[in-house]
Amino acid sequence: MKPLFTVRDLEKRYGSRIGCTDVSFDLWPGEVMGIVGESGSGKSTLLSCLAGHMTPDQGQVHFDGRDVLAMSEPERRFLARTEWAFVHQNPRDGLRMAVSAGGNVGERLMAVGARHYGNIRETATDWLGRVEIASDRIDDRPSAFSGGMQQRLQIARNLVTGPRLVFMDEPTGGLDVSVQARLLDLLRGLVRKMGLSAIIVTHDLAVVRLLADRLMVMKGGRVVEQGLTDQVLDDPQHPYTQLLVSSVLQV
Amino acid sequence: MTALDAYNFAYLDEETKRMIRRALLKAVAIPGYQVPFASREMPMPYGWGTGGVQVTAACLTPDDTLKVIDQGADDTTNAVSIRRFFQRTADVAVTEETEAATIIQTRHRIPETPLQEGQIMVFQVPIPEPLRFLEPRETETRRMHALADYGLMQVKLYEDIARHGEIATAYAYPVKVEGRYVMDPSPIPKFDNPKLNDSPALMLFGAGREQRIYALPPYTKVESLDFDDHPFVASKADHACDICGATESYLDEVITDDQGGRIFVCSDTAFCRSRQEDAA
Amino acid sequence: MYVAVKGGERAIENAHAWLAEERRGDPAVPELSVPQIREQMSLAVNRVMAEGSLYDPDLAALAIKQSRGDLIEAIFLIRAYRTTLPRLAASNPVNTASMLVSRRVSATFKDAPGGQILGPTFDYTHRLLDFTLAAEGEVPAAPTAPADTQDVPHILGFLDRDGLIEQAVPNDDTPADLTREPLELPADRALRLQSLARGDEGFVLGLAYSTQRGYARNHAFVGELRIGQVAVEVDIPELGFPVEIGEIELTECETVNQFNGSKTEPPQFTRGYGLTFGQTERKAISMALVDRALRWRELGEDFTGAPAQDEEFVLSHCDNIQATGFLEHIKLPHYVDFQAELELIRSVRAAAFANLEAAE
Repeated sequence: MKPLFTVRDLEKRYGSRIGCTDVSFDLWPGEVMGIVGESGSGKSTLLSCLAGHMTPDQGQVHFDGRDVLAMSEPERRFLARTEWAFVHQNPRDGLRMAVSAGGNVGERLMAVGARHYGNIRETATDWLGRVEIASDRIDDRPSAFSGGMQQRLQIARNLVTGPRLVFMDEPTGGLDVSVQARLLDLLRGLVRKMGLSAIIVTHDLAVVRLLADRLMVMKGGRVVEQGLTDQVLDDPQHPYTQLLVSSVLQV
Repeated sequence: MTALDAYNFAYLDEETKRMIRRALLKAVAIPGYQVPFASREMPMPYGWGTGGVQVTAACLTPDDTLKVIDQGADDTTNAVSIRRFFQRTADVAVTEETEAATIIQTRHRIPETPLQEGQIMVFQVPIPEPLRFLEPRETETRRMHALADYGLMQVKLYEDIARHGEIATAYAYPVKVEGRYVMDPSPIPKFDNPKLNDSPALMLFGAGREQRIYALPPYTKVESLDFDDHPFVASKADHACDICGATESYLDEVITDDQGGRIFVCSDTAFCRSRQEDAA
Repeated sequence: MYVAVKGGERAIENAHAWLAEERRGDPAVPELSVPQIREQMSLAVNRVMAEGSLYDPDLAALAIKQSRGDLIEAIFLIRAYRTTLPRLAASNPVNTASMLVSRRVSATFKDAPGGQILGPTFDYTHRLLDFTLAAEGEVPAAPTAPADTQDVPHILGFLDRDGLIEQAVPNDDTPADLTREPLELPADRALRLQSLARGDEGFVLGLAYSTQRGYARNHAFVGELRIGQVAVEVDIPELGFPVEIGEIELTECETVNQFNGSKTEPPQFTRGYGLTFGQTERKAISMALVDRALRWRELGEDFTGAPAQDEEFVLSHCDNIQATGFLEHIKLPHYVDFQAELELIRSVRAAAFANLEAAE
């Protein structure tokens, strides 16, 4: 088996300040990796570089053997709406608020050429069901939905084309604790069932414990520790990771 | 009245015409692509056909025969005004017969009489950007065209069906040109859209205020956007013309009294008249 | 029986004949002459020249007469005429420092070399209707003094010398020409200023006012406002030196705005700039405020979503000839489109009623 996504020596600077540097890893098919760190640790910059929202200054990114950084803009955008998906922290950034739920889910299908209204609607209905949104809400706009529903809708919109790699930026941030638990449960089910590979950025160790196979801990733009999730959380080696884990335990 | 005799043939100076022709050539080379051009201030207001007038002026030769229509009719005031402008500035022959015209400038219609090879249709375009009301920013819509990123357009059609049961666009119905660019056909009723496809005539579109020119060379493939299970329908009023009896022409509805009385008549007045003459 | 409308041509001719009659008004009242408009309606003439982008007071006065005092219509006449003129040469940049000023005020310094000159202004007049003007009497002569022909240095130059204001870096690039090339976005500052200079006074004023009320506020002071005559020079290649071809009146406004700086760069005041034909100071000041608001990116400020910061919004909508044409075109017949909409709404309503009945 070959890794699905490989990253080597990635670096992004903002002038003289380091965004992230010296990041390398392999992500295997069906594997979920968590990236944790506090704000300013470089985890969001790293995710932006990986997902093609930002151009890194150095390094290589390969997806399924293809050099992502060498791709033209149209190629990268095509990849972003077919084999990749991106779940934003704020559903407003990932949804079209003036378009119905069905239209939001259908957009990716139509962007890759679906032209049968009935089929698009059927698929959208199916996906609303999978993310636990009642099918009679299909023509309602996301502005009429609760925060948790909006986030589930965003997930449906992203997964409808069967991507192979999903980037998630604090997918449970901004939600109530009870709503978070339900969403995490749903995400775990979908990831396992679809055999997705995913990269999840979060500051919440509970999220990675539940979802991630592997963990990368970042501080000051650098990876200070990485390994299997349970291993890192139960037996942290780096003092910063120890601090991170203990501060969570204390809460 | 202002003397227009002092101006160049067809009003515009030769340098300006050359600039417009260069834009036209580029437009013909990339069907459906909106070419920016340095639209000039014309002696008629923006929005009243300045784009069409500039394109016509750049194409016109002394041997041409010009037809000008607005809403399908030769005698509507703006059509009269534009036709008179070219009579005064270019002294060209004018006609109301579609077959006899070499250049036809139009607002909102394509004549019923099939066009022929060698004819040029010039459309007046108010808003050339088919994505404008989905995305107001020019910088963004140009990027969307460059990347053929048209998912949003299809979403709009999807939303129409979800809400109204059919695609709620009756005119300026968007088309895809040769499988590449999505194009606004100008505010012609969707009834006229099929006439754009595979037409033997050259179709030129001028938007003066928005400074854009685009084109369909003869025999270009032009498809109206739709869904497989909600196919595009070129609809019209379900009547025959109350004057000439035509059943296949686009009709205007005319209110005849205050009791709800109305009749339907051909929007293409030249077509209607020739049918009346043939019948007489 | 209905007959297809005919007679568009005669309708147009009759309408225009009526218009000419209305323009003249009551023949018992003496007709206005073009020189009267040029001399006595000079601020209207100035606005028409500024937004028409053509410096010719006689033509502007003629356009005002022809348009019955509708200034946007007059600007339109001037613009349409301007397009047909051959372009013989481009002048050298005018030097406003050697302007023969008739008015020059600064809100930032009480006094400065060259002095404050109030000039012919409405400022400090009490806005009371003057019924003596209705009596058409002679105007008493204003006091005079010998003209000072010295150059009047720019106030902002004093701030510049001390490094207190951002440097206006000279640039010898030939600016793009809005009247010869299509507007491309994003536009550089030169192009933005061109567009604002011919933009609608009311629109630019409204935008400028919105910045003062907090929509992209930038704390403007009028560093200097000057109005006066400047020489226009053209290089004649055969002669090898510039020749003065005439004088024009200009209004120039430089604003001193909120400073800008960071940990690494010391703070400096920033600039806004306005330059217009004739005595059109409301427009020049407005232009300077909007210019400054549009510079947010270059100055590292946030885009707050304010209309005056939005280059595409401002430049696409400030031209009153484009705006009025497109606005008024909705008077033109649209019955083909409307018919298509009628058919559509009938069909959608029929389907909706059928659904309702089926549901009952």
